[in-house]
Amino acid sequence: MAVSTRYETIIGIEVHAQLRTESKMFCSCATAPPPGEKDEPNTRTCPVCMALPGTLPVINRKAVELVMLTGLALDCEIQTAAVRFERKNYFYPDLPKGYQISQYALPLCANGRLEVPVPAEETSVSIGITRAHLEEDTARLQHGGRGYSLLDFNRAGVPLMEIVTEPDVRSPAQARAYGETLRDILRYIGASDGDMETGSMRIEGNVSLRPIGTDAFGTKVEVKNLNSFRSLERAMEFEVARQADALERGERLVQETRGWHETEGRTMTQRAKEEANDYRYFPEPDLPPLRPSEEWVARLRASLPELPAARRARYVDGLSLSAYDAEVLTADLALADYFDAVVAAGIAPKSAANWVTGEFSRLLNQHAAEGLRSSAVGLRPAGLAELISGVEGGKVSAANAKTVLAEVFATGESPKAVVDRLGLQQVGDAESIGAEIEAVMAEFPSQVAEYRSGKPQLFGFLVGQVMKRTAGRADARLVNDELRRRLEE
Amino acid sequence: MPGTLPLADRTIAEVGELLRRREVSSRDLTEACLGRIARDGERLNTFLAVGEERALAAADAADAALKDGGGADKPLLGIPYALKDIFVTRALDDDGQPNGGLPTTAGSRILEGYRCAYASSAEERLSNARAVLLGKTNLDEFAMGSSNENSAYGPVHNPWDDRLVPGGSSGGSAAAVASGQAFFATGTDTGGSIRQPASLSGIVGFKPTYGRVSRYGMVAFASSLDQCGPLVRSVGDAATVLQALAGHDPRDSTSVDTPVPDYGAALTGDVRGLKLGVPREYFVAGMEPGVEAAVRSAIGVLEGLGAEIVEVSLPSTDHGLATYYIITPAEASANLARYDGVRYGLSAGDDDLIENYVRTRGSGFGPEVKRRIILGTYALSAGYYDAYYVKAQQVRTLIKAEFDSVLSGVDALLAPTSPSVAFKIGAKADDPLLMYLNDACTLPVNIAGLPGISVPCGLSDGLPVGFQVIGRAFDESTVLRVADAYQRAAGFIDLRPPTAYG
Repeated sequence: MAVSTRYETIIGIEVHAQLRTESKMFCSCATAPPPGEKDEPNTRTCPVCMALPGTLPVINRKAVELVMLTGLALDCEIQTAAVRFERKNYFYPDLPKGYQISQYALPLCANGRLEVPVPAEETSVSIGITRAHLEEDTARLQHGGRGYSLLDFNRAGVPLMEIVTEPDVRSPAQARAYGETLRDILRYIGASDGDMETGSMRIEGNVSLRPIGTDAFGTKVEVKNLNSFRSLERAMEFEVARQADALERGERLVQETRGWHETEGRTMTQRAKEEANDYRYFPEPDLPPLRPSEEWVARLRASLPELPAARRARYVDGLSLSAYDAEVLTADLALADYFDAVVAAGIAPKSAANWVTGEFSRLLNQHAAEGLRSSAVGLRPAGLAELISGVEGGKVSAANAKTVLAEVFATGESPKAVVDRLGLQQVGDAESIGAEIEAVMAEFPSQVAEYRSGKPQLFGFLVGQVMKRTAGRADARLVNDELRRRLEE
Repeated sequence: MPGTLPLADRTIAEVGELLRRREVSSRDLTEACLGRIARDGERLNTFLAVGEERALAAADAADAALKDGGGADKPLLGIPYALKDIFVTRALDDDGQPNGGLPTTAGSRILEGYRCAYASSAEERLSNARAVLLGKTNLDEFAMGSSNENSAYGPVHNPWDDRLVPGGSSGGSAAAVASGQAFFATGTDTGGSIRQPASLSGIVGFKPTYGRVSRYGMVAFASSLDQCGPLVRSVGDAATVLQALAGHDPRDSTSVDTPVPDYGAALTGDVRGLKLGVPREYFVAGMEPGVEAAVRSAIGVLEGLGAEIVEVSLPSTDHGLATYYIITPAEASANLARYDGVRYGLSAGDDDLIENYVRTRGSGFGPEVKRRIILGTYALSAGYYDAYYVKAQQVRTLIKAEFDSVLSGVDALLAPTSPSVAFKIGAKADDPLLMYLNDACTLPVNIAGLPGISVPCGLSDGLPVGFQVIGRAFDESTVLRVADAYQRAAGFIDLRPPTAYG
């Protein structure tokens, strides 16, 4: 499209992420139903999150920590002087107090930066983080064309983090990459599930265009209702095209909030900015100012895990893994930790990566339905290392190793025990293999003769017969060598 | 002349002694109070709810405990009391069914018949002290008022004279304690709502330091100033009740985690060596001469007891009223947003959301509450926030700094509580500004978050006058010590309205 080259795309992104805490932001209600139980509406409520008269909020320390941890991961300054919660005032049935406790003038974290790899553009961009602050979620409203709406207060008061970027994002692909990179970090540091589908992570994009070479920002449109990173990218693409088209036709864009309609693949007006609320923010008098101590911040900084980007770099530059392997391993903190432990047990990185991203991950995905994660599998890294050593030392065949792996995966039995139990030790001495070869040659004299008379394709048949006699335990390379030697005698 | 008063009019200390000596029972005390409520309750309009059966059952339980030798460490065991109806009382069981507990209205139509699902810290603590809850007292709607005329359930009348206001907003609590309907009552004080009605009703009212008593379960008016305290008949009783109420509550982040001293130990009767400041700005023009005379004579009594009296200055006092009427409505405008007809309380039942808000709040709130919501909303609005709210917070800091500075040189301050004695019902009802001036001497103490007590110091035109002792933050002990020494020396402990003898 010709017009797209005339305008520069300016995108800023707001992310809301539910924090991974046991209890709500200002009361002791659980944030999720007990494991295995259904999420019945209005079962996780109390006088505080229902805003009964006379109730007061109490700050969830864990939530504060998770936001600070996120701030540290995003290179933010942590505000230690005096962080205030503020009341954001508006009326809506999903807001029990008639105000949301949020942060406004003094957020917990500010002025950060995130390096975002953008594979689609074969580059990486640096996105400024304006702020990351702490607030509480609203109740869930269910409209259903009944003539009334239903309210579920289970979500009311769940800790929510808002992360706002500078208008540094220059393309829909970058927007998507930012979202995915941020999600990986939030998962890495345990701040949020980062799940777009369940709404534990929500994204809004602010898009405007300006003629290339100019400085002033154009009219900004806020796009909501984005249920996946792909929706984000598509919605941004649609908006860029729509706005460019409008500008080309000389139309005036209006500052507004638009909703993304996934099935129709377009954005539609939700609310014009002219109707914007005056939220009358003021400091929350029920909560004293928060003054995170330098020591607390230092402790959190020390607890920060190696982040995906640094880990990827270490894998590629330090361990000579492929970019693909590094990407796969670092996408999941537990998987990367597992890989590191296998390497620490003495396995060469490339070999460890092959096993961890290959057979091990396949089994992990297979068992994912049962809720098994790499941090919880029975097979400990030392066990996998032992198995890999066995294969490399010729003690177990590669094919049998996969059987062993599947067997020990969930049970936690040692690979050696399984190998012994199933009799899968590789037959690796030339003498016993020689005996088996002799037996096969005696059993199939005509095939031996045909091979010797110039039909090399029969070699495979004879190998197969040897393997069959040894129930697959024979060292395939040794069988090859020995058989060839004897046939050509 | 203790002992000459009817049982219902005596102090907690006196009847507590009788209880422990088993000369009277908690049932006797409870029946005496219920008798007064039956006789004067309706006329004075003191109570919004009375739980007679529950009170008698609690009294009988207290008597059983007393019989077993209990009570030595529980000075409130078996003592009948009332809660201002701004403290929620648990009235629903775990399944949401009525449990026989009392409703909570906050004096508002919007919470008419409201049954709360949890107990306030005040109800819990006094229940743990085994005091006997009689009922919930009338008040200005959401504690907004100085005369108790703003209650949705009608004004409270002053026991000294039916035609007069008892003060407010804890008017029902003050009138109940003054007229023998309860031995003590809780109040809340945001700008004088404990001290001013205590003064106008001839009793003792004590607002502790902000943060000393939990606000959990106190329906919020202005969160940064609201504080719970007792209305009682003697300074000694104030110490006793405060002891039961005070202390850190993890459910209130503004309640302070500092040790609570033994307040009784502070009542030495001795003020020799104390330096007491008299802020000149508190003797304002327009103060009734009889009030000023009574307060000046109280200061003289303390001087006679050996305290050093010095004149001090708090120059920003004049700005207190304006500051207060920015900050408190601003906070109230948010605090009262939860009454939206969605989850509890009054709901107009309109199908349209906005219309339901408008009609619920339009008919549920009284005019003074609406006035303050509008004031507060305005003060917080874009474009006005800096000029009003931010400026008021700056002045607040200044007022607090002045108090801190003056109190670093003196042990406590002495001042009038109210510029006038009780006035006629309706006299100031049409003039909010005139009404607001009632609290000019009390609200700076809230702005600074300090403890202040009002103690009766005589009569003017046959009506009670009170004076204030104001102390350093968390130094309730010195405040109690000064007030108690005065009360013992001056002998106004037996000050009771004429009805007490009828």
